[in-house]
Amino acid sequence: MHEVSAIMAMAHRDLIKLLRDRTRLVADFAFPLIFIGVLGTTLQSGFGDVAGFDLLTFVFTGVLAQTLWQSAALGVISLIEDRENDFSQEIFVSPISRYSIIVGKVLGESLVALPQGIAIIVFGLVIGVQLSPLVLLALVPTIIVVTLFGGAFGVIVLSRLPNRRAATQIFPFIMLPQFFLAGIFNPIGNLEGPLEIASRIAPMRYAVDLMRNAYYGVHPDVIDVPLEAPATNLAIIGVLFVVFVAIGTALFVRAEQNR
Amino acid sequence: MIQVDRLVKRYKKAERNAVDGISFDVRAGEFFALLGPNGAGKTTTISILTTTLAPTDGTATIDGLDIVREASAVRRRVGIIFQRPSLDRNLTGEENVRFHAVLYGVCPYAPSHRLMPEAYRRQVRELADIVGIGAEIFMPIRTYSGGMSRKLEIVRSLIHRPKVLFLDEPTSGLDSPSRRSLWTYLERIRGQSNTTIVLTTHYLEEAEQADRICIIDQGRVVSYGTPADIKADLVEEYVLVDAVDRPALRAELGRLRLPASGEGPFRVELDGRTTHAVLKAIDTPLNVVQTHMPTLEDAYLGIVGRTEPGSEVSADA
Repeated sequence: MHEVSAIMAMAHRDLIKLLRDRTRLVADFAFPLIFIGVLGTTLQSGFGDVAGFDLLTFVFTGVLAQTLWQSAALGVISLIEDRENDFSQEIFVSPISRYSIIVGKVLGESLVALPQGIAIIVFGLVIGVQLSPLVLLALVPTIIVVTLFGGAFGVIVLSRLPNRRAATQIFPFIMLPQFFLAGIFNPIGNLEGPLEIASRIAPMRYAVDLMRNAYYGVHPDVIDVPLEAPATNLAIIGVLFVVFVAIGTALFVRAEQNR
Repeated sequence: MIQVDRLVKRYKKAERNAVDGISFDVRAGEFFALLGPNGAGKTTTISILTTTLAPTDGTATIDGLDIVREASAVRRRVGIIFQRPSLDRNLTGEENVRFHAVLYGVCPYAPSHRLMPEAYRRQVRELADIVGIGAEIFMPIRTYSGGMSRKLEIVRSLIHRPKVLFLDEPTSGLDSPSRRSLWTYLERIRGQSNTTIVLTTHYLEEAEQADRICIIDQGRVVSYGTPADIKADLVEEYVLVDAVDRPALRAELGRLRLPASGEGPFRVELDGRTTHAVLKAIDTPLNVVQTHMPTLEDAYLGIVGRTEPGSEVSADA
């Protein structure tokens, strides 16, 4: 009970932080909208006919998954920030389990990512992405899985980072390539050789593909967009989640104590 | 309450031990001060005792619990006020305290103050009043001054009723009035709850108010005991005397069984005698009399003088 309460407190703290940080709120909502609005529409008008399926929808599902996943991951990495302004001392000297600290953080940042997901969906409706009630229903659990998975990825990255500067420096290397390897804007069905391997290693790929499972599964007219079956994606995400959280927490705690 | 036995810590890639085999013990209800210059190993010691840093060697127990094997139980029994403020600046004062209370299992979490148990609310009110921030407790931390932040940290650190309260240079960055009122509050809290207080400081006048002091320098214990013990241990009181007729003086000092050394001038240890009594006893006409009666401050500076007195304005390592 104590641990559950502590996890809730950790999560609520993140939500409060988001609501009181106006700049971050605006930035969090503006970027995905620009991606979908500009990239989605221009890609569709330029290459939509060649691709054989609606590129606006394709980009929409991709950006929805990427935004949630990345937002949760970066949120967890922000524990580094706590360390730098000394608040993490307060958390780490408390008697709750280190796993509760990390799980609370993952839950909190997933919670923080949710309003972004809702905003993106509303925007999708406005610019004419087809979203039936059935699709919306399928998106809800998918969004939750994707954010939790993103948070877990944040844990493993966090465990290897010495400070915030390293976090800022490593970001272009761990996030940007995944944009393309996971196929947010670009179909990746026909990658070959090393690129195919790199794509399969990129965890974001499975988050994006699961999102497309949810969307296109309900729209069976375009069946060849998702790469894997939903069960395959879910299984991979499940395994990676456990591995990331378990190993990430252990490494993080060790690094904190053995300076 | 606290037993520290030959504790050693060497940081990764460090050339020497930050803490180099220190031992001391703290009794229940005691006000204990760890005194030393910057970089002496005070913060390292506190971090190990509060289980946030793993020791390289040696052992320590708090309330009979091993700080490594029973870390979680130790954490429940200790409170700490860190050297640098560790409040979440996005939250209000009360939210910081509430967060802490939940992490320490004092009460279950509720998303607003009104939904928290009455016992918790009463305790927050009482503690906030004791340190004088009752009016500001619901304000955002951003609006707090340095002194108010410290006071809030005291409220926070006491909410789970710790048996031992560690304060790591609690007065650094505070002006004199805030400093003084902080002491008053600590005394009041100690009087009410019989909490054991362990304080680190590099100011002698702060340490002198403690029941016992442990002076450390370069990771080792230099002196350890009550302020009076420390004074007896560190302060050398003597009088230098000389005479034109040195052999006569030497002979007389020997006859009087006064502990003298040197070839002239002679250094006579006072060892509890007064200068007056020593001089009165000597009949040989003296041409040099120099008394040496340093204060504890002088003695302390003598020990830590290697690190240049006056250079301790920067933050501790």
